[in-house]
Amino acid sequence: MNEMTTIARQTTLKDWETDQEVRWCPGCGDYAILKAVQRTMPEIGTAPENTVFISGIGCSSRFPYYMETYGFHTIHGRAPAFATGLKLANPGLDIWIVTGDGDGLSIGGNHTMHLIRRNLDCQIMLFNNEIYGLTKGQYSPTSRVGTSSPSTPYGSVDRPAQPAAFALGAGARFVARGFDVSKKLPDVLKAAHAHKGAAFIEIFQNCIVYNKDVFEDFAAPKGAEDRQLWLENGEPMLFAKGTKGIALDSEELHLKVVDIVDGDWQSAGVIVHDVTNRSVAHMLVEMRFGEFPMALGVLYDDPRPTFEADVWRQNKAASEGKKADLQSLLRKGQTWTVTEGGPEL
Amino acid sequence: MSQVRKIQRQTDKMATAVEDRAPSPEGGRQSPLSDAVVVRFAGDSGDGMQLTGGQFTLSSALAGNDFATFPDFPAEIRAPQGTLFGVSAFQINFGSSAIETAGDAPDVLVAMNPAALKTNVPQLKQGGLIIADEGEFNDRNLAKAKYDTNPLDDGSLAKWQLLKLNISQLTMDAVKPFGLGNKEALRCKNMWTLGLSLWMFDRDRQPLIDWLEAKFAKDPNLAAANVAALNAGHAYGETAELAGPLKQHHVDPAPVAPGLYRTLTGAEGIALGLVAGAQLAKLPMFFGGYPITPASAILHHLSRLKEYDVTTFQAEDEIAAICSAIGASYGGSLGVTSSSGPGIALKGEAMGLAIMTELPLVIVNSQRGGPSTGLPTKTEQSDLYQAVYGRNGDAPMPVIAARSPGDAFECAIEAVRIAVQYMTPVMLLTDGYIANAAEPWAVPDLTTYEAFPAEFLTEVPEGGFKPYGRDEKLARPWVKPGTPGLLHRIGGIEKEVDTGHINYEASNHQAMTDIRKAKVEGVKVPDQVVELGAEGGRLAVVGWGSTFGPIHQAVRRKRAEGADVSHIHIRHIWPLPANLGELLKSYDKVIVPEMNTGQLKTVLRDQYLVDARPLNKVSGQPFTIAEIEAAIEGALA
Repeated sequence: MNEMTTIARQTTLKDWETDQEVRWCPGCGDYAILKAVQRTMPEIGTAPENTVFISGIGCSSRFPYYMETYGFHTIHGRAPAFATGLKLANPGLDIWIVTGDGDGLSIGGNHTMHLIRRNLDCQIMLFNNEIYGLTKGQYSPTSRVGTSSPSTPYGSVDRPAQPAAFALGAGARFVARGFDVSKKLPDVLKAAHAHKGAAFIEIFQNCIVYNKDVFEDFAAPKGAEDRQLWLENGEPMLFAKGTKGIALDSEELHLKVVDIVDGDWQSAGVIVHDVTNRSVAHMLVEMRFGEFPMALGVLYDDPRPTFEADVWRQNKAASEGKKADLQSLLRKGQTWTVTEGGPEL
Repeated sequence: MSQVRKIQRQTDKMATAVEDRAPSPEGGRQSPLSDAVVVRFAGDSGDGMQLTGGQFTLSSALAGNDFATFPDFPAEIRAPQGTLFGVSAFQINFGSSAIETAGDAPDVLVAMNPAALKTNVPQLKQGGLIIADEGEFNDRNLAKAKYDTNPLDDGSLAKWQLLKLNISQLTMDAVKPFGLGNKEALRCKNMWTLGLSLWMFDRDRQPLIDWLEAKFAKDPNLAAANVAALNAGHAYGETAELAGPLKQHHVDPAPVAPGLYRTLTGAEGIALGLVAGAQLAKLPMFFGGYPITPASAILHHLSRLKEYDVTTFQAEDEIAAICSAIGASYGGSLGVTSSSGPGIALKGEAMGLAIMTELPLVIVNSQRGGPSTGLPTKTEQSDLYQAVYGRNGDAPMPVIAARSPGDAFECAIEAVRIAVQYMTPVMLLTDGYIANAAEPWAVPDLTTYEAFPAEFLTEVPEGGFKPYGRDEKLARPWVKPGTPGLLHRIGGIEKEVDTGHINYEASNHQAMTDIRKAKVEGVKVPDQVVELGAEGGRLAVVGWGSTFGPIHQAVRRKRAEGADVSHIHIRHIWPLPANLGELLKSYDKVIVPEMNTGQLKTVLRDQYLVDARPLNKVSGQPFTIAEIEAAIEGALA
């Protein structure tokens, strides 16, 4: 088996930039995400040569070309499968998957589901811009009902997928959300990296050409306090400068927004965020924006044994005490010897 | 005793055994292979016919016979009982001369029910022996098999010898002391039948008794019942005073080269060959697969070989199977994936990526009847176009085809060698017939194989690191992620010559397309040899894959009659051997028998402008020797 490589090294942002010209549209949210990742990597402390970015096809999937690491720009929707083979071949590598709403939830939805179910140790950054950008603006599986696009001139009629809910439903042990220009994105990325296992991060990303400002209702700096709920483990779910919070309606068994009087969130029943509470995580990913603020940050984080570690453990256990002598394997089973005088048992 | 004398003695004996055999329909010619016997076991898919056949095969091997087998079973796991489409059959051809096919027409047909009789009796040789379980020939089963009257009684089987036995009842009687339920007791029928068959051909029961005891070790009572059924069948043959057709035959051992032998199926040959190839390349193997008939057996074999540095991964689909294998190759393992036609179609885009990123990969295609789902359990060779041409863009890939289970071992090693040395995906073609069939295999000495250790680039070479720089074979360097100083990005977008950066320029795409083509065309493959016959002459019969047996036997027979005909069998489908064009042009005529509508024929015509004539069969069954003999006669007429 290949050598496990675990090298940590001091680096700066510059060490993670390639000499390639970045080719996204001016003003694309991808630029901000790229910078956030390049800024985060030195803080994480892994070595560039030990890091691999794997992508599928789409605007977001050009990402690996701009990271001074190992990189594999693969085929549409299949990045998780390449990552699985690579991680099984060399579990010591730090693998980041870059995908989009079309790549990861439409053509590659199956692979995303199985990667998460198996819990391969990697980070999955799903850039959700609710549109197909590279193919010039068709509606995507996350587009809202009524999205007008070249393929839906009268508006889309199908209901959108919810990436975080999909991931949790597939068995994810880590689900987080952030958005392109958010200052808190590096913290989300660091938490994802610190999680051992498949870490799913939905990153809302502004497609300036085909779906401009579709997330402005919650991402705009003005009024962000009222529209963003940044979750912190062990902290009460408060927003709007502490004047509102999220509580459980114990009669109806769903979440509700409650007003906080004089900072007394306890008596208002505001939930203290516990990243290991799967039931609450299910409610958080389903929280509809508008009626609720957008839940951001680490929604769920409760690690379990990882796929590649279990595979290696089993391979080792099954090999224990066995000699890998191929010549004797070839002779295994019922054999017979032919001599000049004929066969013998 | 000399081999020649041994065969002579054997031939004399068999001549007696077949004395009451009627002349064959094609002009009264006796089969020149009268030292071989073809037995076909046919029954319901729940009757254990594959198991019976498999154990009979083993006993043939232990008796020193050469043999070839042909398992022929329905796609349904448990088709409705007694139906025509639920019939499962296993044919074995064994004897004391070199056996290369499962035999054209059976000498003996064991029919466990009316449906098995109806679907298999047309192939039985005239004068051949039918052993039928009359206990199963009741009104219900006769109706299911669409018989108006009972064929065992109405004289319709007059041109064959018929032996009616109530095998069901005899089995029930034999296993009575063991207190099995009715259903379980009847399950022992196949062992009773096997016991009778072993007596007929003078075979040792002990290895099978050992096998039964091991198989049912957890249930000694069931083991004892099965052994009792086996012994009862054997005893029946020995003691029944049947003046009729039931005679004991003894088939002498085949004259084969001394050495250690075992039985080998094609799936085993592929699995072991891949492991051997990975060892010769000094690489860990990663196998990504997805269940599909008839390719799954390769995944099953490899998943038990973890101590050989083999990691197997059952992926969520065919696409993930190949993509994970490419991911592992990227990481420095030998990536392997395997499937059958429909699954190979799904893998097409990923093959293109492996060609573009120039990573080693072995893709095994166990071909089956197509298109679409087609005939999953039947054999065909109709994926040659798919292998050679079946990708978007100009996407050249080496293609190798195995001719037999033993050859599959060699071909798998060859596929690994080419993949690693040339940094390219390689397609290895086998088919359902090879995958399932068993043959005796002289266990090779691995020390005689030359190693071809994979080389990884580990530091910046003189002149700087070029991810798409090339060696004399036009192969690019293989760099494992994790290597300091050699960081680079690869992908499916057109690469710039040398640097591997994204490049859309016209001249660069022309240059890279030319390089990819030249690299694959430059793969060194051995010159084509003539299997049988002369270089040049009146007629060449050119085959590939599992048609080897019938072509070889047909050419041998015709040559024995004085015909000027040669057999050429192509292993390297792409690139073709360098001398093949000149070789084909040295014959007046070329015929190409294939289990498709003429795919290799098209390639040969395209490459060499030779007038290759097709001989095609797509019935889901292998060619018979007689069919190829007739084509040779036609071509030489």
